Amino acid sequence: MTLIPPENLERFTQAPASLELYRITKKFGDFTAADEISLTVPPGTVHALLGENGAGKSTLVKCVMGFHPATSGEIMVGGHVQEIQHPSDARKYGIGMVYQHFTLVPSMTVTENLVLSRPDVPAAVNWKQETARLEEFMATEAPFKVPLHKRASELAAGEKQKTEILKQLYLKSRILILDEPTSVLTPAEATEVLALLRQMTVAGKLSIIIITHKFREVFSFADDVTVLRRGKLAGQGKVKELDRDTLAAMMMGGASEAKRAPSAPPATGPKPTAPASTRRTALRVKQLSVLGDNGITAVKDVSFELAAGEVLGIAGVAGNGQRELMEVLGGQRPAASGTLEAHDQPYRGTRRDILTHQFHTLPEEPLRNACAPMLSVAENIALRTFDQPPQARWKWLLNFRAIRKSALPLIEAYSIKTRGPDTPIRDLSGGNVQRAILARELSTRPIKILVVSEPCFGLDFAATDFVHQKITEARDRGVAVLVVSSDLDELLKITDRLLVMSGGTITYETPTATADVAVIGSHMAGHG
Amino acid sequence: MAELSATSSGQPGSPGLAAPTPGPRLKRAWGPAFEAILVPLGAILLALVLFGLFCKAQGQDPFKVYASIYKASFGSWFAFQNTLMRTAPLMLTALCTALPARLGMIVIGNEGALVMGGIGAVIAGLAVPAWPPHLALGLMALSGMIWGGLWISLSAGLRQYRGVNETISSLLLNYISIAILNHLVNGPMKDPSSLNKPSSFPIAEEIMLGRITFGDFTMRVHWGLGYGLVACVILWFLMQRTTFGYQARFIGANPKAARLGGLPVNRTTLITCFLAGGCAGVAGMVEVAAVHGRANESLAAGFGYAGILVAFVARFHPLAIVPVSLLLGGILASSGILQRAHKLPDSTSLVFQGLVFLVILFSDSLYGRFKIFKP
Repeated sequence: MTLIPPENLERFTQAPASLELYRITKKFGDFTAADEISLTVPPGTVHALLGENGAGKSTLVKCVMGFHPATSGEIMVGGHVQEIQHPSDARKYGIGMVYQHFTLVPSMTVTENLVLSRPDVPAAVNWKQETARLEEFMATEAPFKVPLHKRASELAAGEKQKTEILKQLYLKSRILILDEPTSVLTPAEATEVLALLRQMTVAGKLSIIIITHKFREVFSFADDVTVLRRGKLAGQGKVKELDRDTLAAMMMGGASEAKRAPSAPPATGPKPTAPASTRRTALRVKQLSVLGDNGITAVKDVSFELAAGEVLGIAGVAGNGQRELMEVLGGQRPAASGTLEAHDQPYRGTRRDILTHQFHTLPEEPLRNACAPMLSVAENIALRTFDQPPQARWKWLLNFRAIRKSALPLIEAYSIKTRGPDTPIRDLSGGNVQRAILARELSTRPIKILVVSEPCFGLDFAATDFVHQKITEARDRGVAVLVVSSDLDELLKITDRLLVMSGGTITYETPTATADVAVIGSHMAGHG
Repeated sequence: MAELSATSSGQPGSPGLAAPTPGPRLKRAWGPAFEAILVPLGAILLALVLFGLFCKAQGQDPFKVYASIYKASFGSWFAFQNTLMRTAPLMLTALCTALPARLGMIVIGNEGALVMGGIGAVIAGLAVPAWPPHLALGLMALSGMIWGGLWISLSAGLRQYRGVNETISSLLLNYISIAILNHLVNGPMKDPSSLNKPSSFPIAEEIMLGRITFGDFTMRVHWGLGYGLVACVILWFLMQRTTFGYQARFIGANPKAARLGGLPVNRTTLITCFLAGGCAGVAGMVEVAAVHGRANESLAAGFGYAGILVAFVARFHPLAIVPVSLLLGGILASSGILQRAHKLPDSTSLVFQGLVFLVILFSDSLYGRFKIFKP
């Protein structure tokens, strides 16, 4: 590690230094989470880092913060290569991070929160002195005021976020990394906080890297933008020189197609011959509204129909209600209003309904949403069939031999890497869990309705092709398939019809064959 | 998140079953089983050492104390029968914690369910004094089971439909049930002749639960022991070998995934808790029908709370409950001797139980830490 005399370190905490990442690569095992990414943040600028979930944004900034050192590549602060192995190194160079969620202790006052966040807080705090020092800091350096004597729990979300930012300034961070700082704020609060930060960068007091997937923030506040996609650099440039639709296309994929032939995306496989109108409706969603975890409407008045032998895609930036919609379809979340109908009958998600309509669901993050982690691979695969013969005798007795016997060929066919069918499924790697759940949901022959979300998240290319092939096969057998994905390339490849979801509603519909990526992109971006 | 996808890198290539990891076959097959037995055993050893230090601090020779405990619990046929009499209710009350634990719930309302079961059994017994003994006993057991079962179902219902923490509610229900018992034996059910210890009217001698007999050999131990053994085996079978047990285990492992499969989460939870409370209720029935002959405050003698300990030590496994109940039954049987022979206070056996409980809870954090058990 380069040893820098303390007096030289001081400059990092006076004014922001330039920050430069040069071909940063971060690998986890065989998986490359960030692939040779370079970017430059000159002093006093705002650099936006844009990308879908899992694109590698967090991985990249965690390398900068020293949470996990990069596998290869260099980080330059102030024009010199610096080794950042640990968060304390990052702090030395004046780099600080503000997280998406608050890190304030709710029961403590702002003063206490700020003082206690210091790395060198003494065992006995002289509160009088500290308060005086803080008040001086507030009077001279702080760009905005927060009530020092209030408890953190009494602050509004915007004030809390301001306090988090003040904390970093108080800790003398001059390069701030903000991880989706506005996701917990109202639009007005977000605008206020970002505008204040913008002023500070313009005054040359700060540099900022902001992780976001809101285009509005990029265009109003950032100087430069870097777009990541699947761990790779998908685009980079000055915000002034880019427009929204280009940015959306970079972020979601399909950018190359957009340039090549906006009106004719690649045709896929054999399309079903019958026009959609004559095929039977398998799933009908009528004016569905759903509340999110926070009690705020996440899905608003969504209606659509899904026909047998059709693959319908729902595109959208993550967090626009897709997860809640999926959970209602999977019977994991009650609907606030609206109805579901399968084959023209009301569908309530009971086991009998699932069996009658052969309605299978494959949610995102299967280990969390679709598996019993402690149970074995075979037992997890048996979720759909355990109460049917031959796995159940006389409806009551479990036949373990049959359960293992039906799991073995699936383990083989879906290339699930496991020590055996009796291994607890939590011991498998994520990709293999995904395969096991795919095997469970796709293998039952008479399956009629299939709803999948992010089916290829975390899978390699071969496995992705395999999943796409299975979905297409199912479609050709007459299964009605709904695919929710934040990967537009995937949807363009395997769907027949596309819906765009934004702000909890369906904002756009198009047949995939004549889809215009630019139009889809602008609808995903929330204006169109 | 990036990390998630990182760990989930699906390896290309097609070999389905990975090559078996090198290592002795025996270890692969039995490693986890050894771990499940050796960890609690080690924990109990540690508890023995700690309790020994406690005895030392009290000025007693720990080895002599342990020798007395052994003598008073397993040292003679007489002592062993004493132990067995305590084993019976322990097995039944332990199931009250062990079954809901499979659903991811920590229920500690065993004492309350036992008391309610005892009340239910007395009411049934008083209603049919002249029935043939077997029928009357069956009715009493059924009534005890229903009362105890409904008691714990109350906790389950509060949790499933109202989001009330089942540990807190079941604990508080214990106090309520004891208050109900006191109200009944001081009021509507009071036998005027029970002056020192307010009690209900006694059930008829003829329909009391008899002692275990083989031919002309009669033990002092009553048939409650049989009830306990049968309940442990049946419920083990239910949880491990039936579709109902699969549902319960799946719900316990991940309720969200269970809903995805359309499993009836609320119904399964309520039924499991009913069965669990039913077991503790039968323990109450056994105490009434075999020991006290009536309902009074002796019902709440602590078998419910000791059952929680048994369930934890047995790691909620219905069959493991049998030997663990025997061990703890021995400790309970020896509490008198500690006072008489070593001048240790009566509550010393509670200190021992408490130490075992703490060490067992601690040992739960040790699973998976020892390489030697890894398959």
